[in-house]
Amino acid sequence: MNQVLLNISGVNKRFGGLQALTGVGIRIEKGQVYGLIGPNGAGKTTFFNVITGLYQPDSGSFELAGQPYSPSAPHAVAKAGIARTFQNIRLFGEMTALENVMVGRHVRTRQGVFGAIFRHRAARAEEAAIRVRAQELLDFVGIGQFAQRTARFLSYGDQRRLEIARALATDPVLLALDEPAAGMNATEKVALRELLVKIRDAGVTILLIEHDVKLMMGLCDRISVLEYGKLIAEGLPAEIQKNQAVIEAYLGSGGGH
Amino acid sequence: MALFTFDTAHKPRQAWASMAVLLALLLAFPFVASQFGNSWVRIIDIALLYIMLALGLNIVVGFAGLLDLGYIAFFAVGAYLTGLLASPQFAALLESLINYHPELQDAIVATFGEEVRSNGIHLSVWAVVPLAAIVAALFGALLGAPTLKLRGDYLAIVTLGFGEIIRIFMNNLNDPINFTNGPQGINLIDPIRVFGLSLAGEPGSRATVFIGGYGMPSVNAYYFLFLLLCIATIFMTGRLQHSRLGRAWVAIREDEIAAKAMGINTRNVKLLAFSMGASFGGVAGAMFASFQGFVSPESFSLTESISVLAMVVLGGIGHIPGVVLGGVLLAALPEVLRHVVEPAQQALFGKVVIDAEVLRQLLYGLAMVLVMLYRPAGLWPSPVKEDRPLAATAKDEEAENA
Repeated sequence: MNQVLLNISGVNKRFGGLQALTGVGIRIEKGQVYGLIGPNGAGKTTFFNVITGLYQPDSGSFELAGQPYSPSAPHAVAKAGIARTFQNIRLFGEMTALENVMVGRHVRTRQGVFGAIFRHRAARAEEAAIRVRAQELLDFVGIGQFAQRTARFLSYGDQRRLEIARALATDPVLLALDEPAAGMNATEKVALRELLVKIRDAGVTILLIEHDVKLMMGLCDRISVLEYGKLIAEGLPAEIQKNQAVIEAYLGSGGGH
Repeated sequence: MALFTFDTAHKPRQAWASMAVLLALLLAFPFVASQFGNSWVRIIDIALLYIMLALGLNIVVGFAGLLDLGYIAFFAVGAYLTGLLASPQFAALLESLINYHPELQDAIVATFGEEVRSNGIHLSVWAVVPLAAIVAALFGALLGAPTLKLRGDYLAIVTLGFGEIIRIFMNNLNDPINFTNGPQGINLIDPIRVFGLSLAGEPGSRATVFIGGYGMPSVNAYYFLFLLLCIATIFMTGRLQHSRLGRAWVAIREDEIAAKAMGINTRNVKLLAFSMGASFGGVAGAMFASFQGFVSPESFSLTESISVLAMVVLGGIGHIPGVVLGGVLLAALPEVLRHVVEPAQQALFGKVVIDAEVLRQLLYGLAMVLVMLYRPAGLWPSPVKEDRPLAATAKDEEAENA
């Protein structure tokens, strides 16, 4: 279980005059739930966007499952095995829940124009497999009964689940979740936690950005803390809770500003 | 709509029956219409070409959500390609070469034979149509490549420019080498000939096509060809829509960043949308050139691009039956009005109050404004699936009203 899945180091990212990330790195072992926390504007989402190819880093080294990968384009990252969700849900609103997940299968399937028009045996088989897998994933995240519902009509919590199902459809080795519990009530959070445990037990490593400390402490195997684009702490949840730098980052140094 | 359903998945028997009835009506149409004059069938012939165009544009605008204001350029490419490869125009091209590249002229004459010099090239429809599709698809990719990062208004402006560039090229590519014959256009384009049967009728037959001893007007023969092509286009775009590729297009339309994050190579998939859309436009252009026997840059103005876009939007963007409806209405309506407004005024007021041409434009514009005001999603938009929240509110309203 100690195999390193994601090894990233020395990531720098500058937006004009703002140094958003300075020498940030993380090391995630296979099967872990890894947390990334930090105050607002600390650079968590920027780091996420760099890992998943949405932003181009100024420097940094990236390794997935022992192989270097280049986060130069989001679709290449997805193909390499990192799937993500978004802080503000980004579903395909006019498509049904099932179709949303079916889009997630795109990267693992290959039928093109001719398959689409002629629907030969291979194309039909692939399409059927996509449909079956998509339904399985909807059932897995617990919204199988809403397969035919247009995505924008789903409830907020179900939209979050749908986004996770869609990400899982790409057969990721690493699932990166950007604040999946944002806007959820206590009951929904408990359910989400159960879902994340289920995903981890299914063999998918999870990288998680979250504000809810209670959720993070119980769930994460390790946690990194970002502040002003720098890593200020890394360790077990219990260590992080006691870390002076982290407490200061969240609550202030007590000296008063 | 209750009588007709095209839902083959849920009500197959009813759906196939409706399709059979519709097909029978469509097949019978030209025989009835030609009783009132061939011009009516001609109007519908052109309308069918516009439907093909609208369906092609629907791939780009409706499925992939890329606003294209220069779509008529691909129609022009198909039409001019046909003009060049199925008319005496190539002889004119060769003649213009003599001042600049006589060696090239010799090479071409050596390859194709001495006849090219006097007759030009006359490829058969079986070669012209695939070529038109392929060349238009290449132009589609050519337009798509620089616009990959653009969306919405910006994309619209670039595509508009592209459409105009193509038209201006057609207008000016007669010198130094005469490709397009400039503003005069290309004349004497071969009519379509399938299995030795000319759809324009043999010389001296007064535009009558004889099939096994039975004669029908040329416009009817073209009607059946265009109808077949339209059905093929509907079939192909429908299948594309419900495929892995179609889902990727819609995903890009709905949220491009999420689509990328899900592993869709948006560059390739967008280029494919442009190319596929363009290829239908190219085929429609080839048909248009052969049908008219003449092409000139005037037929490919910005107004044409906009009216094809209007068909898509007015009918129901992204919804194939809606687009077909939009195409039928917008292509046929102006022509019908042309025939109707003057007699109608005579009957109502005893004289022509407003000039027919003016009134026609007025009514056409008014129809568009009204449709967009009262049916913003189009006349026949895609049904919203399983929108229980909406249905629930509708029910609540009913309960309140009761």
